[in-house]
Amino acid sequence: MMNYMDVKIVIIGGGPAGMAAAISAYESGVKDVLILEREEALGGILRQCIHNGFGLHTFGEELTGPEYAYRYEKRVKELRIPYMLNTTVVELTSDREVVAMNSERGIFHIRAGAVVLAMGCRERPKGALGIAGNRPAGIYTAGTAQKFVNMKGYMPGKEVVILGSGDIGLIMARRMTLEGAHVKAVCEIMPYSGGLARNIEQCLNDYSIPLRLSHTVVEIHGKDRVTGVTVAAVDESRRVIPGTEEYIECDTLLLSCGLIPENELTAGAGIEMDRVTGGAVVDAGRETSVEGIFACGNVLHVHDLVDFVSDEAREAGASASRYVNGGSDSDREIKIKVDGKIRYTVPHIIRKAEDTTVYFRVSGVFENKRIVVRYGDEEILSKKRIKMAPGEMESVKIGADALKNIDGGVLEFSVE
Amino acid sequence: MFDVAIIGAGVVGGMVARELTRYGLDVVLLEKESDVAMGATRANSGIVHAGFDAKEGTLKARMNLRGSEMMEEVCRELGVKYRRNGSIVVGFDGEDEKTLRQLLARGEKNGVKGLRLLTGDEARAIEVNLGEGVSCALHAPTGAIVCPYELCMAAVGNAMDNGAELKLEFNVCKIDYTDGVYTVKSSDGEQVEARYVINSAGIFSDDIARMIGDTSFSIRARRGEYILLDRACEGLVDHTVFRCPTAMGKGVLVSPTVDGNILIGPTAEDIDDKNDRKTTTRGMANVRKLAAEQVRGIDFSKTITSFTGLRSTGSTGDFIIASPRDNFINLGGIESPGLTSAPAIAEYVREMLADMGADLSLRDDFDPNRRPLHYFKELSEDEKNEMIAKNPEYAHVICRCERVSEGEILEAIRTNPRPISVDGVKRRTRATMGRCQGGFCTPYIVELLAAEMNIPYEKVTKSGGKSYINLSKTKEGI
Repeated sequence: MMNYMDVKIVIIGGGPAGMAAAISAYESGVKDVLILEREEALGGILRQCIHNGFGLHTFGEELTGPEYAYRYEKRVKELRIPYMLNTTVVELTSDREVVAMNSERGIFHIRAGAVVLAMGCRERPKGALGIAGNRPAGIYTAGTAQKFVNMKGYMPGKEVVILGSGDIGLIMARRMTLEGAHVKAVCEIMPYSGGLARNIEQCLNDYSIPLRLSHTVVEIHGKDRVTGVTVAAVDESRRVIPGTEEYIECDTLLLSCGLIPENELTAGAGIEMDRVTGGAVVDAGRETSVEGIFACGNVLHVHDLVDFVSDEAREAGASASRYVNGGSDSDREIKIKVDGKIRYTVPHIIRKAEDTTVYFRVSGVFENKRIVVRYGDEEILSKKRIKMAPGEMESVKIGADALKNIDGGVLEFSVE
Repeated sequence: MFDVAIIGAGVVGGMVARELTRYGLDVVLLEKESDVAMGATRANSGIVHAGFDAKEGTLKARMNLRGSEMMEEVCRELGVKYRRNGSIVVGFDGEDEKTLRQLLARGEKNGVKGLRLLTGDEARAIEVNLGEGVSCALHAPTGAIVCPYELCMAAVGNAMDNGAELKLEFNVCKIDYTDGVYTVKSSDGEQVEARYVINSAGIFSDDIARMIGDTSFSIRARRGEYILLDRACEGLVDHTVFRCPTAMGKGVLVSPTVDGNILIGPTAEDIDDKNDRKTTTRGMANVRKLAAEQVRGIDFSKTITSFTGLRSTGSTGDFIIASPRDNFINLGGIESPGLTSAPAIAEYVREMLADMGADLSLRDDFDPNRRPLHYFKELSEDEKNEMIAKNPEYAHVICRCERVSEGEILEAIRTNPRPISVDGVKRRTRATMGRCQGGFCTPYIVELLAAEMNIPYEKVTKSGGKSYINLSKTKEGI
């Protein structure tokens, strides 16, 4: 006996993206919304981000992660939007059947009018980095360490080296220090940091933690538990420079080497993916290549600030609501192409009838450059930027009037 | 007093324990590590070899063929995943083709069925991603794959369910023999007595033999580095794709695993330190280079882990299965095809014990079957829902990547041989073995282990010993 239910809009994931999408869908007129969350509470990864700095754009104040999440959770509850916790989605089909399981209902099937993907992302693990040496205890991604310290109350290490300067790694450098650990170095293989400039300042410089750019970990030592790591300098092509190896004694190696959108369900539904972002290809309404399936937040592309996640999720929720109410998105056919200095854009496809904010990231550090958008030979937009870096998400707004003479085709984005 | 003490709980020791328990002997397994399957069994290619490699007339050839015949049934009884996917050995030039012809002739003499030589194009017709440089191949349809540590855990677990005893962290340091009784002592001062001793200590089997004054053989550790790719790469190859063998072994292979990953490796390098399980930058680069010649389109960005295994290479070139002293049997030098041979070696040991006068009689209460820990995954949706109605924790997913539930983890923790560490849970359930490598679920698994073992959270280890995952509570260092 299959266990079926029908829901107008199913939101997969109850983190900041999922909650904002649900609220937006509800406020746009569709009341039959259901959030499916795999953890034991709403909030997603913000639950363990107890530092402040969230919400400056959205609320004009600095909130902690749980405070930011709670504003949305409170609204979800006020609107009485149903949600299921400890519920894992195991399958999504292209005709929007969602298969999920939890302890109360067992395995059940939902026929959804629309689906919003909001599963977030995961950290790149050690295995994927291919560091030589042993595999002792004491090697964790920064997020796992954050969970141990902030959610469980345990210290995964005392003498710490961090590989990668992603934001979670920077935050954990400070957090471990505040808990009495000694963070000896943050090594970054690139010549620039992968995290926000404000985190370098507030999490490393304020605590005199050295950031070693163009350095990586080449070997891990220790049998039971990490006893040290060998770090070395790398050249412009990220090859180790022989003779620069240096042994650092430590009991812990934390990794903050990139985030990967968690898109196994997306791929299973046959949705077209962007190899650069690791997320789906979407239009301005964040609709994927499969009709009625939308995506937002870090499952679509890794954001730097949660405020932008919320903005994007509102867009996706409103589009999903339009979709189930029979509104059709006309002229989806203006595609965006990038030049490599701009790694990707989201959305990938825009509509001409509306003002659209296009988010993107650059592939290196650029100073005093212009972002140029062209349609054929015609320059649609040109914006000057004093500094752009891969760690910070950029955006430009393209007004509907700039597109009024365009009919289909390709917009080219470049850094000049 | 036990009838038999088996030193070393790898796949060979485990299969021997099961076989002897089946014949009514009172068996104790002594393992120096914190879990079973921690030596060569933990990290090898997981291949059930067809049997064309070993020189005719050797123990390796005999055990290989018999083991290969037995394996499917053994796996069925023990609930271990087994797939007869066939093997292909590929060559790149005329020299290789000569080697393949020799392998064909040897295989036919050894009694291997279905072997045939293929041209490069014929080989690419049955395995589309073979490299363009492949000019000839040997196809062995009886080659198969299993998960080696799953087979070992199942054999030990089944032996235990039928009465065998397992002592973990029992590091044998001395063996005395008086009045027909062996006393085997651990470095912690523990001791067991037994009439017979089976030495299946893998790379340390020569050290154990020396404890009774037997210096007839020695073992070298041969390092093999592997790379494991995400299940997203499933389908890259269907057969196990070997290179032409050399003096150092069967060379690098590219193979599916029974769990749907792609396994690539191993290197072969003789080393002096029997505890050195490091991976090396050079070794991994070598594996990647060789594999790319054999198989096209390997996406190494889908690597989820790399690891090193130590093969136990004996000084005689063949398996060393002999009794150097009364009632003592050495099982040394069990390198490839040791996994394949394990059930056959167990049978052979039982026959040796019978010749030594051991009291063997097939038990009628022996249950050869074991419910696998992965059975929940194979149930139909209705059956799963029935199970969830009774045990709701089977619907609570802990490891999202490999989709392992709390129910399955708890069951693993409560099933023989019981895991005592996060890696132990990993090898039994695949939790933490997926693409996030435990990033999300490790804190939860630690919680379940702490509760089940009734120990503090910070005492839970990654892999036994002092491999603590957390060092203290927060605030203690301030």
